[in-house]
Amino acid sequence: MKNLDSVFAAYAIGWGVFFVFYLTIAKRTSNLRAELDRLKNSLPRAK
Amino acid sequence: MTKRIVLGAIAILLVLASAYASFFIAPEERTMGVIQRIFYFHVASAWAGFSAFLVCFIGNLLYVWKRAQKYDWLAVSGAEVGLAFTTVVLITGPIWAHPVWGIWWTWDARLTSTFVLWLLYVSYLLLRTLVEEPDRRALLSSLFGIFAFIDVPLVFGAIRWWRTQHPQPVIAGGQGSGLEPTMKAVFFFSAFAMHVFMAFLVAERYALEKMQTETDFLAREVEAQ
Repeated sequence: MKNLDSVFAAYAIGWGVFFVFYLTIAKRTSNLRAELDRLKNSLPRAK
Repeated sequence: MTKRIVLGAIAILLVLASAYASFFIAPEERTMGVIQRIFYFHVASAWAGFSAFLVCFIGNLLYVWKRAQKYDWLAVSGAEVGLAFTTVVLITGPIWAHPVWGIWWTWDARLTSTFVLWLLYVSYLLLRTLVEEPDRRALLSSLFGIFAFIDVPLVFGAIRWWRTQHPQPVIAGGQGSGLEPTMKAVFFFSAFAMHVFMAFLVAERYALEKMQTETDFLAREVEAQ
């Protein structure tokens, strides 16, 4: 089938963009959670 | 958290089903052939992107009116997610255009206004990195976001108001336009799936922004001790 490779390329690249975007959110969330835990632990010690 | 996981699972099932429908249920278009199947992904992503920018616009308006941080979180979430969807539109469009038009890109009204839309929301996110004080950042970016949203109806109307290289609308395009019933059903299902996926991404991004504010607050409290 003519142009089937272009169709697959469009879907693959498009979903790749969404996947990378979701990964950046997940990574930022995980880093923030670690930072939040660190801050929460340091707060009673500061008091 | 559990609600977001459920929403994510539903979104993944829906987009998988819509991909299956796009390839195996929708009939092949007579003149363009298999390449037309990009339509179900490209246009559905464009509609979901517009909706995400609408979320941003509503968040911006509500922030200017009520000055509550949660509206700023909503606005930035909508902007970032809308930008991801518009990026997909700007990538899949040329892949579809090249075999059909013989060119990857042309500066017609639809394509140019979509590119300008992408640039406007990149600027919106850049602006947020330049202002440190949270209330000032939220207000300035809200005002800019309200202005940026003006381009959304321009993108939507570009193929209705002006002659463009981009095809005329097949949905809500008036007399002489339209889609074969199965194609129409598959398209609306794909658009629905993309909207659920968009809602999931906005919810994830909103939770991140909320956590960022909590972290900043706690960091200031620890510093003050």
